[in-house]
Parts: sequence; C-alpha cells; structure tokens
Amino acid sequence: MHIKQELTERHVLTLTVDNEAGTLARIAGMFTSRGYNIDSLTVADISEDHTTSRITIVTRGPPPVIDQIIAQCERLIPVHKVTDLTEAGPHVERELALVKVRGTGDQRVEAMRLADIYRARVIDATVNSFIFEITGGPDKIDTFVALMREVGLVEVGRTGIVGLMRGAEGS
Amino acid sequence: MSEDFAVPEKSGAEILIDTLIEQGVDTVFGYPGGAVLPIYDALFQHKKIRHVLVRHEAGAAHAAEGYARSTGKPGVVLVTSGPGATNAVTGIADAFLDSIPLIVLTGQVATNLIGTDAFQEADTVGITRHCSKHNYLVKDPADLASTVREAFAIATKGRPGPVVIDIPKNVQVATAATDVKRPTSSRFSPAGEADYAEINRAVELLANAKAPILYTGGGIINSGPEASAALRELAELCGAPVTSTLMGLGAYPASGDAWLGMLGMHGTYEANMAMNQCDVMLCLGARFDDRVTGRLDAFSPDSIKIHIDIDRSSINKTVRVDLPIVADVGAAMRQMVEVWKGRKYKAAALNDWWARIKGWRAVDCLSYPGSTQEIMPQYAIERLFAATKDKAPIITTEVGQHQMWAAQHFHFDAPNKWLTSGGLGTMGYGLPAAVGAQMGNPDALVIDIAGEASIQMNIQEMATATQYRLPVKVFILNNEWMGMVRQWQELTYESRFSESYSDSLPDFVALAEAYGWKGIRCSDPAKLDDAIAEMLAYDGPVMFDCRVHKTSNCFPMIPSGAAHTDMILHSDEVSGTMDDEAKALV
Repeated sequence: MHIKQELTERHVLTLTVDNEAGTLARIAGMFTSRGYNIDSLTVADISEDHTTSRITIVTRGPPPVIDQIIAQCERLIPVHKVTDLTEAGPHVERELALVKVRGTGDQRVEAMRLADIYRARVIDATVNSFIFEITGGPDKIDTFVALMREVGLVEVGRTGIVGLMRGAEGS
Repeated sequence: MSEDFAVPEKSGAEILIDTLIEQGVDTVFGYPGGAVLPIYDALFQHKKIRHVLVRHEAGAAHAAEGYARSTGKPGVVLVTSGPGATNAVTGIADAFLDSIPLIVLTGQVATNLIGTDAFQEADTVGITRHCSKHNYLVKDPADLASTVREAFAIATKGRPGPVVIDIPKNVQVATAATDVKRPTSSRFSPAGEADYAEINRAVELLANAKAPILYTGGGIINSGPEASAALRELAELCGAPVTSTLMGLGAYPASGDAWLGMLGMHGTYEANMAMNQCDVMLCLGARFDDRVTGRLDAFSPDSIKIHIDIDRSSINKTVRVDLPIVADVGAAMRQMVEVWKGRKYKAAALNDWWARIKGWRAVDCLSYPGSTQEIMPQYAIERLFAATKDKAPIITTEVGQHQMWAAQHFHFDAPNKWLTSGGLGTMGYGLPAAVGAQMGNPDALVIDIAGEASIQMNIQEMATATQYRLPVKVFILNNEWMGMVRQWQELTYESRFSESYSDSLPDFVALAEAYGWKGIRCSDPAKLDDAIAEMLAYDGPVMFDCRVHKTSNCFPMIPSGAAHTDMILHSDEVSGTMDDEAKALV
C-alpha cells in the first residue's frame, strides 16, 4: 500500500482575530494538528486600540479541505472573521523581501542593473555588497531571488504575503 | 487609586469561588496540590460548593463529564499544576470529542516562575490548546471573574465543550477590586434558529420522500430535553424511521415504533440498510463519523442529504450534503414541526419503505447463540435491562465489546441516561462517570457496564464512591480478554492474539470488599437473575463480576473499510484476514 497524494489548490485567507496571548499559536497549531499546510503566514496588529490583528495565511489543499480550514478557523474563539481572498474575487497580494548580494566588478554592476529592472531599491550598500528591498507578488520575488543567485546572493528575508480585495469594499 | 477610595479587595481564590457560585456551581470534582492550595483554602471556608475528592485527576474529569451528561449542567474540575493538569488531559480530550461542557480549573506555578521549569510546572495552555474548546492563562486576579463568566458561556453555548482556565498560584493569592465589571465579551455568538427558507426546503424534501430516514446524534441530547421532545413529534408527523449514533441513544425512545436501533460499525442491519437505501436522509446533530459511515464512497449513495448542526465545521467535513443548515438542532426541529403543521403536510405513503425495513428487521441481526452452560455477554445485558428498565437507570460504560453490547441490548427511552465515551473511546471512563452521575442524581440507579480490562484503568475511583456513600453498581462482563482487541485480532490478524489476554486479574469480589463495597460473582446463567436482584437490592456500591463466555464476538459488524451493505452478521462469515488498505483504517 502507498500513501495517495491529492491535487491541491492555493488559497489566500485573511483572518481578523483578537490580539491576545496565544492566538497565533492556536491558529498555527490548529493547522498542524489537523494536517493542513501553511505556505506563508503574516500577522500584525491593525487596530487603533491594539485589540485586533490581521493574519494572512497562504494554504494549499483540495477544495473540500479549504472549506474545512475556513470552518475550523471560524470555530476558534478569538477568530472573528475569515475571508478567502482567492474565492472572493479580484484581490492584490504583495510580499516584501530583503535580498543581500556580495560581489565586485561586472557582477556588482549586473546585480544593480537587474535590481533596477525589477524596481528593487538599494537600502544598504558597501563597496562589495548591496541589500535590495523588493515588493511584489510571490512570483516576481521568486524570479528576482533566482536571478540574484547568479550574481552573488548571500541571504534573503521574506515577509510572506499580505492581501486585500480590489475595489472600495472591505473584505 | 489612593487608599481612601479603595473598593474592597478579595484574593483571586475568593473571586474564583464567588464567581463559580454566581454561575450556579454546586459541585466540583478535584484533587488538591501545591499550586491550588489557595483555592482549596477558599473552598474550605465556603460551604456552598461540594467538593468531590477523586483518587486520580483523570477520574475528576470523567466524573465531571458524567455529572454534565446526566444533569445537562456544566461539570467543574479543579486540579493542581503539572501532573494534576496532565492527568486531566484525557478527560478534557474526551469531553472535546463528545461535546461535553466542562470547566477545568488548573493551578499553575507563579507567573514569575512560568517558563523556568519550576517544580510541577507544565505548559497547560499549550498542552490543552487543541483538545479544549478554548483555554486561558489568567495573569491578573482582576481578570478572573470575567474570564470565568466567558468560560461558562463558551463551554455551554453552541456546540458544548471543555474550557480550561489555568491560574498561577500568585494570581490566586494576589487581591483585586471585586466590583470590576469588565464588559462581557460579545465575541462568542453560537447559531440559534435556522433560516426559514432552509427549513421550508427541508420539510418539503422530507414530505415528498419515498424512503426517508432520521439519522440522529448527540447534538439532540446536548440541545436539551425539549429537543428530544421535538424529535419525537417530528418523527410522528413524517412517519420516517429513526436511527441514532452511539451518542444520541435515548433522544428517540427505543420502545418507539419508528426505532431502528443504533447505526454504524456495530449498529443494526436494518439501520445500516435503511441508511444505505434511503432517498432522503435528515441528519440531526450527528457528524458522519467514520464509525457511522463505513466506506465513504459507498455511504448512502443515492440519497438527498440534509444536515442540521450547530457547528459549521461538522458540515461537509467527510460527507458532502445537499442542504446544510447551521442551527441549534432542537430549534430547527421545532421550526420543522411548525412548518409541517402550518402547511398541513401529510405523511407520505411509506408502506413500501416500511415493508422493506420489515424485511431487514426479519434478519434479526442482534440474535446470538444461546447457552445453558455459560452466560453469554449479550444475555447478561438483556437480563440487566429486564431487571432495571422500570427504574430508568443511568448507564455508563467503559470502552470495548461490553460498550457495544450495552448499546445494542440495553434500550433507552429518555435522553441523559446513557453516558459513554464515543469519540475518544476512553477506557476507564465508566466508573468515574458513574460517580459523577450519581453525585448529580442522588436518587437514580447508576450502573457502569464494564469490561474486566477497562475497569482497571480508573479502578481507584471505587474509593471515591465509598467516601461519598454513592450506591453505584459496576457490572463487569468478565471474559478475561480485552475483547474488542481480541475480536479484531481474530478477524483481521488471523487470530494472532498479541498482548490482548487480561492476565493476572484481581479477585473482583475481594477487591470490592477491600474498598468497602459488596462483591458478587456469577457464572451460571440460571442464577444470573437472582444475582442481579441481589445487586439491585443492596443499598450501597456493588461490584458484580459477571463471568461470561470468553470468545464471543460483537456482531453485527461492518468491517473496517467496508460499506454498510457488507455487514458481517455472524462469526462464520469471518475470513480472518484483511488487506492493507483496510488495516490502515482504524
């Protein structure tokens, strides 16, 4: 007997949650304990009175599993609202990355040229290194990081995705 | 705030006890220890709360479950930090899977010691996070009252469940103003009534069905006695047969005409065949558990499925349904009755359907080979039922063959009379649950139907029954085997009985006497009725060692990975092997 793999879809979920101790552990742990995947997870306080946070989770699963994930998130007491941006319609997704490259001569010039094409900004420079700041969809960042590997990539930090619905309405 | 204007302050422990009393708590099941000494001292000075001293914290949690399940009120547990809390975890997980409302108060080391690996420190909120409905670590006594109030609301409303409140020792000792009224949180709003558009649709489907079935579950018991009354009325109106999960037994009376018996792995042939062949299935507060559905792709393939559940995550979890209704099942059934009557629907002509059911009933799937030499376990349950049915007993069980035989051969006409560990399947549940049920129902006849292996898992609770003069009866079907394990090994592992023999059993009669109980042993079918009568006549706790046929298997049975239509009715149909796909299913 072999373990069967199922076809999965990628979904971006946003959760409005109480900003209290243990909320993140509760949500992340629920994903682990029920066998769901987390591709990326971001969390930050978004309210004036610091009582509410917004969590963006990128997850993967067959459609019925995505439904279950949403229902299981909604079942948690500190979770007020769950929106599936992927289902909800047009939305924007952005991620920020910091990318450090090291090199001199042609390699350094090439890194700078590529960064320019990808609209990455230089936020730190030495005679033999740069740190670029780049924002965009995950694909753009993947591509940029792949190019930087060719010209002296040292390390990368990525925030994971945040997303909002397009248009005037909130989710 | 200056001293002059200070409002009266109380310690965290006193605030806790005051809030418990305010929430209507009169009984707490617990065990003291270092990190809860301030709470025990406050309890000592308040006589409004009865504390039941168990002999192991797992017993406290199960006793609170038994109390909750039999009274409809939340059960309250009080244990110390570290091992006190970890011992209670099995009971918390049990209550989580069976949706039993519990408030579990755990002591914790002082806040300044948390994270230092202090004596008897365990990360209780971490450990219980995914086996409780919610949990808290309270770091300020000023937060205690509002936390306890919210915990009771969460535990009892919506789909009930256990809520853990971890209270560091310094928070129990420190004082806070007692008139702090923090706004009660509105963040918890469970489903109530159903949408009438959905109810209308459900009634229409049911009224036009040619082969309808009501598939009922523990949600009806949790919704309260009115829900059971609504179910009876709905079943009467629509004329459909009724089956139930293990957790829902008693919601519809087993003596009712429409009763098919329990469904699922050890359910009746007629219930499983009717589930498979129905055209409209109305699922009421049940959750399509794997013990119920059998092989998913063969589960009731041609029916329209309506699912009413208070927990949205139960809907479409394993089985896709056609009409999901998120609502309190009792309220939804009352709405269905109202719509049915308002529109003057008539029960459809279901004669053909009932004729087919009659055919399945004729299989007599619960029959078993009789014996005049030995007590057959099914016979023992039948005689126990016959001797006690007029007393409306509360029955608890452990887990295994005896549990399934009890579900099959003991019959319930009312809710809150059947307390069993369905979801988690916890051996050792029955005796402490009986203790809790007897505390909550002092005049009731409470019987734990047990196996000789399971009973040993929380046998220390015999002392609790002795201490509180609880006349619980423990009726052990003693076959000297972990019967369900032995049965599976016979059926799927070619009778390789690996570690399933109950060796070195205690002398249960002598053990009973050692604890101050009465002990009775019986192995002769001819003397069984008299022995049961002797047990019932005794005004105190009794342990009944009923020596039964050793290798009986529990049938009917849907083997692992099989469809409802592939039931094994008798042992001669068993092959003794199983392929890997089936073995991998539990």
